[in-house]
Amino acid sequence: MNHHAVKAIYHFEMARTFRTLMQSLASPILSTSLYFIVFGGAIGSRMMDIDGVSYAAYIVPGLILITVLTESTSNASLGIYMPKFTGTIYEVLSAPITPFEIILGYVGAAATKSVLLGLLILVSARLFVDFSVLYPLWMLLFLVVISVTFSLFGFILGLWADSFERLGIIPTMVITPLVFLGGSFYSISMLPPLWQTITMFNPVVYLVNGFRWSFYGVADVHVGFSLAMITLFLVTCFSIAWWMLRTSYKIKN
Amino acid sequence: MNSYILDIQNLSKQYPSGHKALNDVSLQVERGKILALLGPNGAGKTTLISIVCGLVKPGPGSIQVDGLDVIRDYREVRKKIGLVPQELSVSMFETVWDTVTLSRGMFGKPADPVYLESLLRELSLWDKRKSKIMTLSGGMKRRVLIAKALSHQPDILFLDEPTAGVDVELRRDMWGLIRRLRDNGVTIILTTHYIEEAEEMADRIGVINKGELILVEEKNTLMTRLGSKNLILELAEPIQQIPEALAPYGLTLSKDGAQLVYTYDSHAGHEISVLLRALQEQGIEYRDLHTRQSSLEDIFVNLVAEGV
Ligand SMILES: Nc1ncnc2c1ncn2[C@@H]1O[C@H](COP(=O)(O)OP(=O)(O)O)[C@@H](O)[C@H]1O
Ligand SMILES: [Mg+2]
Repeated sequence: MNHHAVKAIYHFEMARTFRTLMQSLASPILSTSLYFIVFGGAIGSRMMDIDGVSYAAYIVPGLILITVLTESTSNASLGIYMPKFTGTIYEVLSAPITPFEIILGYVGAAATKSVLLGLLILVSARLFVDFSVLYPLWMLLFLVVISVTFSLFGFILGLWADSFERLGIIPTMVITPLVFLGGSFYSISMLPPLWQTITMFNPVVYLVNGFRWSFYGVADVHVGFSLAMITLFLVTCFSIAWWMLRTSYKIKN
Repeated sequence: MNSYILDIQNLSKQYPSGHKALNDVSLQVERGKILALLGPNGAGKTTLISIVCGLVKPGPGSIQVDGLDVIRDYREVRKKIGLVPQELSVSMFETVWDTVTLSRGMFGKPADPVYLESLLRELSLWDKRKSKIMTLSGGMKRRVLIAKALSHQPDILFLDEPTAGVDVELRRDMWGLIRRLRDNGVTIILTTHYIEEAEEMADRIGVINKGELILVEEKNTLMTRLGSKNLILELAEPIQQIPEALAPYGLTLSKDGAQLVYTYDSHAGHEISVLLRALQEQGIEYRDLHTRQSSLEDIFVNLVAEGV
């Protein structure tokens, strides 16, 4: 294991993150706070409790995930797309590192940022809404695994994309709709039966439900099943990313 | 078993576009030498270097570095190699120090601020270490690329057109640096399309054109083997034509009749005295004589013309 390389890439990527800290943290925190004020405070007070949880508290895990998923995807994709775009990837290609080490450095840094961001939103949500986390360790585990998975997804996207347009289109056109339709702001049991079935094909359902379960102990899907599905996504994304690096997909002639 | 630090055997490369960039190239490089790969744009120099360094997938053929296969033993091989690419590819938003630190780590070496300081000082980058790279001039960026390539103390340094678009001062600096590295045992492989540079720097010269390595020779051998010399005689009195008796020497007479030029192989020196005697016999007096050796440029033009 070339641990010097992993460390070097990780530090370098974290430094990039901290240099743009304000924009990468401030804007998601601001927008989530707005959600809490509108949905949690203004509208939420007129809504019924779901599964015995107040509406404002019910949407907290989903709101955290929206940011974690989009930020993981865009941050990790940019982290590898930029070197490709500017040509500095030559150094990665000529370095004595394995695909696994490259992933560990880049995705590790992106996932770290997402976990920090998720925790920050959690803390700031607490300023607006009264809630508690039933299983903090499970919550942390879900947060880490989801961050890693979507950072891997973003990494794949960054390797695949050959324009900024393509890079930007996936988070807005794919992630956001999936999150909104994935039961982040409602319980799936509130949908008509046909839509309940269709919804089960949305991977975000499993993420949100597992994550929400760690907060309130309630979920539309059994937590074991959620965890299995998330692990499946993680393994799939890792395999694709590894294969792309292994075959130098789109980065070597 | 393998005394060459770089040993390329029968390497070819066809790009996915169908373009054949390298055709059956074999090249051996001795340790501690400076090899210049000389060739016009599009000859395949960058392709060759990129394959050795892992940036481009190799075609058929084999490449060994220090006896290790570049594919199978890529981790060991790449630790030994530093690459200064042709393009100015550096991350603009980072500082000089951060990017050089990244490079050293990426090539598997533990942090060594003392070495990095001496490296940056040597390259006149120390004062700029905290500057973002985008604030540096083109020449400074080129130095940063060199610093990155040397950050892990490689045994072989590849420089792809290191002085293209670089001012005279930096070019001199770079030549000095390259010589010092060679003196410390680093093998240098540089590409250039400036003949002057190959002539100035190289111990050995490889000439590459249209994907074919036309020849590789010691610079001095190349110059003498292919380089003919001219003996120029400034005549005391202009003559109308070359006397019959001097025909075997293949002399040329300048238009004004005041200059005789004799072309000869540099290792056939004794013929000169014979010629001079013959001139005397013909009563041709000369007030001055001097010789001129053909430059690499002449050699190169000849080679490339033959290759067509
Ligand atoms: N990625 C590529 N795809 C297709 N053709 C390429 C690619 N890179 C280089 N070439 C072609 O291969 C030939 C050799 O290029 P290169 O190795 O860059 O030459 P040099 O460095 O000697 O100028 C050129 O004709 C160039 O157009
Ligand atoms: Mg080139």
